[in-house]
Amino acid sequence: MPESIVTILDVAIGGLLLGGIYALIAMGLSLQYGVARVLNIAHGEFIMLGAFATFTLYTVVGINPLICLAIVGPIIFIIGFLLQRTLFTRLRISAPNPGAFEASSLLATFGLLFIIQNLVLLGWGADYRAYSYLNFGVDLGGAIFSANKLVILGFAIGIGLAFYLFLARTRMGKGIRAAAQDPATAGLMGVNINRVLAICFGLGASMAGLAGVLYSMRIPLNPAMGLQYTIIAIIVIVLGGLGSIPGAFLGGLILGIIGEIVTYIDPSLSLAAYYFIFMLLLLVRPKGIFGK
Amino acid sequence: MNITTFTSKKFWVPGLLLVILVALVTLPIYGSLYNVILATSILMYIILAVSWALFSGSTGYMSLATAAFFGVGIYASALLLPATGQVLPLLVVVVLGGLVSSIVALGVGALTLRLRGIYFAIFTFGLVVLILELLNWWEHTVIHIRGRFVMLVDNDVIFYVMLAIFILLMLTTYFIKRSKFGLALQSIGENEEAAAHRGINVTLVKVITFAISAFFMGAAGTVWATKLTYIDPYVAFNPLFSFMPVLMAIFGGMGLIYGPVIGAGIFAYLQETLQTEFPEVYMLIFGIVLVAAILYLPNGLVGLIPRLIRRWRKGGLKQQHADT
Repeated sequence: MPESIVTILDVAIGGLLLGGIYALIAMGLSLQYGVARVLNIAHGEFIMLGAFATFTLYTVVGINPLICLAIVGPIIFIIGFLLQRTLFTRLRISAPNPGAFEASSLLATFGLLFIIQNLVLLGWGADYRAYSYLNFGVDLGGAIFSANKLVILGFAIGIGLAFYLFLARTRMGKGIRAAAQDPATAGLMGVNINRVLAICFGLGASMAGLAGVLYSMRIPLNPAMGLQYTIIAIIVIVLGGLGSIPGAFLGGLILGIIGEIVTYIDPSLSLAAYYFIFMLLLLVRPKGIFGK
Repeated sequence: MNITTFTSKKFWVPGLLLVILVALVTLPIYGSLYNVILATSILMYIILAVSWALFSGSTGYMSLATAAFFGVGIYASALLLPATGQVLPLLVVVVLGGLVSSIVALGVGALTLRLRGIYFAIFTFGLVVLILELLNWWEHTVIHIRGRFVMLVDNDVIFYVMLAIFILLMLTTYFIKRSKFGLALQSIGENEEAAAHRGINVTLVKVITFAISAFFMGAAGTVWATKLTYIDPYVAFNPLFSFMPVLMAIFGGMGLIYGPVIGAGIFAYLQETLQTEFPEVYMLIFGIVLVAAILYLPNGLVGLIPRLIRRWRKGGLKQQHADT
């Protein structure tokens, strides 16, 4: 295969991989903001938690990172579920109007960010950590890709699709979509709103956690790594249209590919490129690509 | 009884303000160097919180561009007050830094103030990171500069300039709130559509207020730079300076003019002392205080004061009844 095509393929796979991770994170945040109305600034902290948990489970206990998905996902789901049930439900009930709830919950997630980050700092220390898993080349028709890259890509897209089917096809998913459109009416129709919101927040957090498990195979971990993913997730959900799950999925893939192309040209410009696209889009089409 | 409360109020408020002012002005005489430096950072946070609340508190547009305007001020210092070869006097640079910030705010405001709600918040935050990343790229790969140094300024001088900006800001806020312009601003916050139908030039009022608040943020940044002495894009455009003023203003309560002052004062003091006393767990304590404040003080600290006064008065009344 000619050199240039290999490069293009490499950038495309890298972009899809990054995009798959972004898509998972953004779908999680979209669920939290689109349904539970919590713009969770601590979203990235759940990615960090997932990544650190995997690091310890793999290097100390020796559990395969792919099995960690089944351990970390449910645990973070429970944490998110309980947070919504205690903290955010209380804020929601005491807020005089939805706007006040959005402001107070945003501030509360800031507090959470500080708390989680400090706890991880106490537990694991401030050093960068990394481990190596499936780190060998796979030959795909002449071009060589790292095996963990392909595994992450497959799992990210698989989880994203499964999640979408859950929302689109199951009864619970229907309840969640109803609560997103109009919580009061959904409540009248027999949807248990407090439970649905708690499930949404829990699922959102566990999506972030799963993304953290997967991505920990490729990036160095640090307690302060979370915020940048929160920011990227916010960009993606605005790009895809606030509250739109397919929008978050496709927006994530698009941003990942753009990011990988810009990184190929000049790595120090990728964040700037995200913001540039994002701000341009906000000015031209503030509803996002899939916004109604 | 009415007359006595009226006269005592008329006497007490300016009296109290005068006492605080004298205490602040004479601080470098009786306070230690550490106290002066601590007071300077607290004043800096108060300036950011009050000028944030001046625009966002009254209009309801949550701006996260504070770090951008603050950083522009810091860079004004970096370029005009370098460690060697000072170009202009400090005060001129402070005014210039403020002016450049408000010019940036005029442009950004005219472009973005039609965005509503969360979109405006996200856009303004994006602005901070975009400036940060582009400047970083420019310095590293185009002009090959790693960090800049600002000239050393005496701590007392930094304190007095910060204090002057603070006093000017409080006077500006006070007069805006009392003026027709302030009323227009408030009606925009309550219902923008209705304000526009009333004949208020909504865009103009918003953009001008945004620029005024940016002036003070930029001026504070310019002075702050002389305290930092070392400057690079990550120091100057730290996104934390966008979030902190919001937290502080809401913590203090935005209903009253002194809410953000009290909020930022306590918050900044807490932050500085926790950071030096408990560096290991300072973020943890900070986060817990923040969550607790949101749960138990929905109207901020100043919302607590009327509640305490009411309780105290009730207690006092009971006492009177018991006496008779």
